[in-house]
Amino acid sequence: MARIDAENWEPKILAFCCNWCTYTGADLAGLNRMKYPDNIRIVRVPCSGRVNPQFILRGFQKGYDGVLVCGCHPGDCHYTSGNYFTRRRFLLMKRLLEYAGIETGRFQARWISGAEAAKFRDTVLKVTEEIRALGPNHRMKEADDHE
Amino acid sequence: MARTGVIICHCGSNIASVVDVERVALAAGQMPGVTYAATNKYTCSISGQDMIKQAIAEHELDRLVIASCTPRMHETTFRKMLTKTSINPYMLEIANIREQCSWVHTDKEKATEKAIDLVHMAVAKVLKDQPLFTSSIPVHKKCLVVGGGIAGIQAALDVAEAGYEVTLVEREPSIGGKMVMLDKTFPTLDCSACISTPKMAEAGAHPNIRLMTSCEISAVTGYIGNFQVTIRQKPRYVNHDTCTGCGLCEEKCPTKVTNLFDQSLSKRKAIYKLFPQAVPAKPVIDSEHCTMLKSGKCGLCSKLCPLGCINFEDQEDFITETFGAIVLATGYDLIDWAKAYPEYGGGKYANVISGLQFERLVNASGPTEGHIQRPGDGAEPKTVVIVKCVGSRDPAKAKAYCSRACCMYAAKHAHQILEKIEGSKVYVFYIDVRTPGKGYEEFYDKTRADGAVYIRGRVSKIYEEGGKLICKGEDTLIGKQVAVEADMVVLETAMEPAHGSTETAATAGVSADKDGWLTEAHPKLRPVETQTAGVYLCGTAQGPKDIPDTVAQASAAAAKVLGLLAKDELETSPMISVVDAPKCSGCGFCEQVCPVKAISMVDVPSMYNGKRVTRTVAQVNSGLCSGCGACSAACRTGCIDLLGFTNKQILEEVDALWQE
Ligand SMILES: Cc1cc2nc3c(=O)[nH]c(=O)nc-3n(C[C@H](O)[C@H](O)[C@H](O)COP(=O)(O)OP(=O)(O)OC[C@H]3O[C@@H](n4cnc5c(N)ncnc54)[C@H](O)[C@@H]3O)c2cc1C
Ligand code: FES
Repeated sequence: MARIDAENWEPKILAFCCNWCTYTGADLAGLNRMKYPDNIRIVRVPCSGRVNPQFILRGFQKGYDGVLVCGCHPGDCHYTSGNYFTRRRFLLMKRLLEYAGIETGRFQARWISGAEAAKFRDTVLKVTEEIRALGPNHRMKEADDHE
Repeated sequence: MARTGVIICHCGSNIASVVDVERVALAAGQMPGVTYAATNKYTCSISGQDMIKQAIAEHELDRLVIASCTPRMHETTFRKMLTKTSINPYMLEIANIREQCSWVHTDKEKATEKAIDLVHMAVAKVLKDQPLFTSSIPVHKKCLVVGGGIAGIQAALDVAEAGYEVTLVEREPSIGGKMVMLDKTFPTLDCSACISTPKMAEAGAHPNIRLMTSCEISAVTGYIGNFQVTIRQKPRYVNHDTCTGCGLCEEKCPTKVTNLFDQSLSKRKAIYKLFPQAVPAKPVIDSEHCTMLKSGKCGLCSKLCPLGCINFEDQEDFITETFGAIVLATGYDLIDWAKAYPEYGGGKYANVISGLQFERLVNASGPTEGHIQRPGDGAEPKTVVIVKCVGSRDPAKAKAYCSRACCMYAAKHAHQILEKIEGSKVYVFYIDVRTPGKGYEEFYDKTRADGAVYIRGRVSKIYEEGGKLICKGEDTLIGKQVAVEADMVVLETAMEPAHGSTETAATAGVSADKDGWLTEAHPKLRPVETQTAGVYLCGTAQGPKDIPDTVAQASAAAAKVLGLLAKDELETSPMISVVDAPKCSGCGFCEQVCPVKAISMVDVPSMYNGKRVTRTVAQVNSGLCSGCGACSAACRTGCIDLLGFTNKQILEEVDALWQE
């Protein structure tokens, strides 16, 4: 399909957004009719701490060019401590990806509150451009997913 | 085979003007597991809902995907609708194609493609949905209040007045806390005892309040609506059921002990009431100092008691009771300034006293009957230095935070000295003067007008010379060193959490911040709730504050308790964690990451190589679990999963997205 050929390649970004903050912030961006690129797909999770490292690896394996984990600001997690675990896990995950030869920029974490619609939009814009600059993710993508 | 129904909502033109909804419906119809796909103009309307109900019956659907606005908007609406159909309300997924699609994109082609993706993802997830059932837990209509200061008393009275039973647990032999130690209270200067002792008496006599003094909580299990609390009754050695509080024993007891209620400024007996207006108005024996309990000699009180109430064999007792709600009101202590500030004499000068000692000195029922006399020699001090922020706002030596009440009670102390001692002089060393409160700034202004001299700067050293206390410091407004000769120095010391309060809170599943103050669920929006549902907090246990704020918070906590106790049953969310016990390795990671202490490790019988063994596995308390999923992400064997957001469901979503 169009997205796959090199010329028309568009980055595909998978985002795990916590229900209480970033998901709400993304909703607010909609409510305010802000515009951002359609390169992102959001998976709603109850808390950023719910994001199993396996989900991230699976994303890369399935051919996503970037994975974003978003939660509440440190100290604001709806469940008190979930995003602190996210933060620690994020650092470990980055090292693992680096070891596996993946550009660490493909994996990002952001704290976006339910009120920060503009920050959500800006994050999508920025991350999309950063991933675009990195080009398609070939390294981790499952072989049988190539056409 | 699953029979999924997919409804694509136009939302008038909100979605349909950008997303080609008919094309989305067509694509959805081709997705595996989908039996029925259609569009609807206004899905959330009554007619929209009727259309869905009809489709469910007609096409024998067993699960549903609705592509519409955000699930935060109408997930509950649609779940409610499903309760009237053959589909379980949790066999529903919502694709957010409005807020996260039609409203943020303009390219119709791309938006339609994205909407198809989002529907695909919801279909993939719904195929892994399982029917879930809410359960209800009964609410035990009884409240436990821990700590009998003004916070605990106010909360207990409010709940009791509304008609519910309250048990008020206080570790001291009387309720009252710090407020009964105070003389007058700013800014109105009404006598503290006059306004607090009636409340104490009311709490003591209220038919719905059970006072448990000399008690502490030792264990809490269960969850909101159903806490099993074990209360430890410390031995009192006096039978309070028969004692009339005549006071003969206290009068005749030969053993004198430092009186901590009077801040060590006087002596009391080994059998004693905490203070004259104590509630309950009955004595206890201080086992640490009673000669009979220590060495078996004396027993005078026992011989004198006309009713035979003294029992030297008294033992501690444990009582377990069920409560629906818990309020923590464990209050504060003052820091041990002598340790933190050796430069102020470290406690070796009798005439350098704390603010609370000063309160006892000016108090008509205190050791000097309200005459301000220096503890050292009983003389009336003519010049008094008041030092503020001793231990507050001083992270290098003690606490980084502001203790909030001190600016005002320092002004109060200055006022009291100037009023009571004719010709006296008062110097107040301060960093800033903070007076945010009704009538507070006016009170401070008046104190200065009365003659109190405010010097901006910290006191760096206090030493004795020629019978005077020399207070050296810098006046930062003129940039000069100053030294004031004083007869007495009052240190307004920092508040800190009551000793042992963090442990008590931990018992009830409540955490504390780095300074030990108990943590509220949200600093702005849920100020009296805690992360543990059903446990509330109020007063200085949460952070330094004065009496008006303490009482306001106590009534707020009571309102929350009443909201809970007014219910007969609580519905619990079924979207909680479950453990696949045979797969669990018992590593305990989940227990560590759980923010609400819903997970415990239990031993279960098992078979290994034909032999009976016990294994340790995780167990989730369904009443406590709040459904965050932290445990699931931490689990090494993948045996703990979050219903409604299972690993499988999320992975299916990841796989489904962007399938070409
Ligand atoms: C010198 C001084 C002067 C002050 N003057 C004023 C004033 O003029 N006006 C004003 O508004 N405020 C004043 N304050 C502040 C005032 O004292 C507090 O705001 C108020 O007393 C706080 O009440 P509380 O119930 O939160 O805490 P507390 O009075 O400390 O009560 C807590 C109670 O809980 C009990 N407790 C603690 N831990 C446990 C446990 N683990 N189990 C069971 N029981 C427990 C304690 O024994 C105590 O009885 C002054 C403070 C000081 C230090
Ligand atoms: S709820 Fe948002 S990060 Fe935990």
